[in-house]
Amino acid sequence: MARISRRKFLKVSGSGAVAAKAGGMAGILAAGSAPAYAQGASVHWLRWNDFVPASDQLLRRELLPEAEKALGAKITFETVNGNDLQPRITSAIQSGAGPDIIMLFNNHPQIYSESVSDLSDVTDPINKAEGGYYGLCRSNSVDGQKWLSTPWAIVGAMIAYRKSWFDEIGVTSFPDTWESYREAGKKLKAKGRPIGQTLGHTFGDAPTFSYPYMWSWGVTEVEKDGKTVNINKKETIDSVKFMTDFWKEAHDEGGLAWDDTNNNRAFLAQTICATLNGASIYIESLRNPDKYITEKGAQLRTDIQHAPLPRGPAGQFAMHTYFSHVVPSYSKNQRAAKEFLKWVHSKAVYEKWFVSQRGFATPPTAEWENHKLWGEDPVMTPYKVAGRLGQAPGYPLASGKKAAEVLTKYIITDMYAKAAQGMSAEDAVKWAEGELKRVYS
Amino acid sequence: MAVTAVTSALGDAPPPRRHRRLEDERWLAFVLLMPTMVLLGLFIAYPFVRGILLSVTDSRVGVPGDFVGLANYQRIWNDGIFRTAVYNTFLYTGVTTVFKLALGLWLAMLLNRHFRGKAFTRAFILLPFIIPTVLSTFAWKWMFDPTFSVLNWLLYRLGAISGRINWLGDADLAMISIMVVNIWRGVPFFAISLLAGLQTISPELNEAAAIDGAKPWQRFWYVTWPLLLPVTMVVMLFSVIQTFADFQIVYVMTGGGPANATHLFATYAYQIGVGAGQLSQGAAISLAMFPILFLVVVVQLLYIRRVETR
Repeated sequence: MARISRRKFLKVSGSGAVAAKAGGMAGILAAGSAPAYAQGASVHWLRWNDFVPASDQLLRRELLPEAEKALGAKITFETVNGNDLQPRITSAIQSGAGPDIIMLFNNHPQIYSESVSDLSDVTDPINKAEGGYYGLCRSNSVDGQKWLSTPWAIVGAMIAYRKSWFDEIGVTSFPDTWESYREAGKKLKAKGRPIGQTLGHTFGDAPTFSYPYMWSWGVTEVEKDGKTVNINKKETIDSVKFMTDFWKEAHDEGGLAWDDTNNNRAFLAQTICATLNGASIYIESLRNPDKYITEKGAQLRTDIQHAPLPRGPAGQFAMHTYFSHVVPSYSKNQRAAKEFLKWVHSKAVYEKWFVSQRGFATPPTAEWENHKLWGEDPVMTPYKVAGRLGQAPGYPLASGKKAAEVLTKYIITDMYAKAAQGMSAEDAVKWAEGELKRVYS
Repeated sequence: MAVTAVTSALGDAPPPRRHRRLEDERWLAFVLLMPTMVLLGLFIAYPFVRGILLSVTDSRVGVPGDFVGLANYQRIWNDGIFRTAVYNTFLYTGVTTVFKLALGLWLAMLLNRHFRGKAFTRAFILLPFIIPTVLSTFAWKWMFDPTFSVLNWLLYRLGAISGRINWLGDADLAMISIMVVNIWRGVPFFAISLLAGLQTISPELNEAAAIDGAKPWQRFWYVTWPLLLPVTMVVMLFSVIQTFADFQIVYVMTGGGPANATHLFATYAYQIGVGAGQLSQGAAISLAMFPILFLVVVVQLLYIRRVETR
C-alpha cells in the first residue's frame, strides 16, 4: 500500500473530514491502517489522577498503545490532581497552546464555552447508539448551541455506611429522611462514631452534598427565569437551622476542613459511620480486604453498604461528580482528538475502562445500566442508576456560566459552613443571597 | 617578526568605534544594565502592565473583553469575601511579621554565640526555608489533619486535651494554623539575615559598653539594636512583601476555607481568576494589594534612608 503523506493527502482530498465521514471507525478497521489525516498527528490527553489507579494503568499499558496503532497518532497521556485541571486549561487557553483533550468536572466546560470546539459530531452518534445521554450530561455539557464537552462518566455520590453500626442502634434500613438520618447520627456520634461530611472548599464531596440537601428543602440558587434570586426565604433558613443542629449533634466537626480524600481515610480508619462518597472507599476495602478489619475481626468490606441521600420536605435529590472532555479551539490536532474520542468511546474500548472502574464510574448513557458488572456485587447496585437521579448545579435550569461561578465560589457550601461555624441562619442566608445576586445580576 | 608586525599595526590603529563608545561610562553602564532591564521588563513590568490592562476590561478566560473602566474595582469593593480577604491579609502579615522578627532576632542572638557545632546548627536552622514550601506545607497539613493530627495525639497523650482540636475546621484556629506555618518557614530567613547583620557589629562596642557598666539588656538596646536596625528594616521589607502576597501555604492547607475564613488576596484572586475564569476580576483583586504594598515599601525605604544617613 502506497504511503500517503499529509501534504499529498491534503492536495488530493482537499478535506480530511471527507475521509473521516466516508470511513469512520469501520473504515479504519477494514483498511487495517490509520486514516491519512492522522498520519503523524499527535494527541495530548490531560486527565485527573484516577481514584481507581488500575484504570490509569489500563489506559497507559493497554488502551493507548492500541489507540496509537488504530489511529496512527501519537497519544501523550498526562494525569494531574483533579483540583489542578482548571489552572491547566486556563493557562492553555490564554497562551493558545496546550493539551488537545482536557478532562473537566461538573459544569466547568461552561466557563470555557467560547474557547472549545463543538463536539456534536462525537456525541451525536454515541447518543443515538447508546440509548441517550442522561439529563445531567446535557445540563453540564451543552450551552444551548453546541456540545462543549464529551460526557465521559459520572462518579455517583452515595452514602457509604457501616451496616453493623446502624444495626446496633436499631436502624436496620438506611434512614430515608433527614430527620431520621439526624436521629441515627446523633446516637452514633454519642458512641464516638459520627457521620463524616466535608463542608470545605473541595470540588467533589462538598457540593454533591450541599446542593442536593438545599434542593430537598425546595430551595434553588436561582428561579426558573434565570435571573431572580429568591433564596432568602423560610425554607432556606429552615434548611440552614436544621443543618446547624444536625452538624453539631451528628457530624464529625472536623469536616469543615476536609477535602475529597479525608472522608475516605476517616471511614477506612473507622472513625466515622457514614459519608457521602463515590464508591472508592468500598473499592479500596475490596482491593485490600485484610488491611481493613472491623472491631469484630471481620473484613471491613463485608460491613459497607451504599444508600442515596435522604429526602427532605421537597423531595429526594442527588448531584454527582460529572466528568467530560473538551477539545480546546487552539488545538491544531482537533480532528485527531475527535477521532480519538470516538475511538475511546467505542463500546469495546470503553467497556474495558468501565470494567476496570468496578462501578466507581457510571457511564453517561442509559444503555450501560444493562451491563453485567452491575449484577456482580449488590453493594454496587445503587450506583447503576446514579445518572438518572442526578441534577446539575444551576438546577432547575441547565447549568451555565453563572451556575459555574456559583459552584467555583462555593457559595452554597459556604452558606451551610458559615452557619455550622456559628453565624446565625438568617445572616448566613443573607450572605448567600448577596453573593448570588452579584453573580446573577 | 610577523607577530610583532601585526601587534604593532593594531597598536597604531584607533580602537573600533564601539570600543570607544564603551569607554564612555554612561554607555558602559547602559550596556551592563541592559540584561537586568530586559529581565525586569519581561518578567515584572510586562505582567504588571498586562495585569492593569486586564483589570479594566471584562475579560474572561479565552475572551479578550471590552474596556469597563473601574467597574471591576467597584465590584470587588462591594464583595464581602474580598473584604474578608483584605482583613485576613493584614492580620496574617501583621501577626506573622511580629513573631518572625521576635523569634528570628532571638535565634540570631543565640547563633551569634560561640558553641560546638555552630556551623552545623546554622545550616540546620535554614532547613524550613530550603524545603519547597508546598512540600513542607503538606507535612503541616497532615499535622493539623482534623482526624489524624499528630499534634492532637500528642496533646491527648500528655493529658492536655480530652477531645480533638479542630485545627483547620475552625475559622480562628485555621487562621492561627496557617500563621504558625508561615512563622515556622519565615524565622530562618530572619535569623540568618539578622545574624549576618550582627556579625558586622564590632564586638569592641559591646565590650566598651560592658566596661562602662552596661547590663546585657542595655547593651542590646543601646548598642546592638540601633546598629542592627537598617538590616532589620530590609529584612522586614522583604518579609512583608512576601507574606502579603502569600499563596502556597493557604492554598495547600485550607483552600481559603473554612467558609472563606482564611482567604488572602492571592488565594481569592486565584479562585476568581482561575477557578471562575473571570480573569479581569482576578487581576483587579491582585492589583488591589499594590497601593498598600507600594506605600509599605516607600515608607520603609524612606525610613531606611533616614536611619542610614543618621
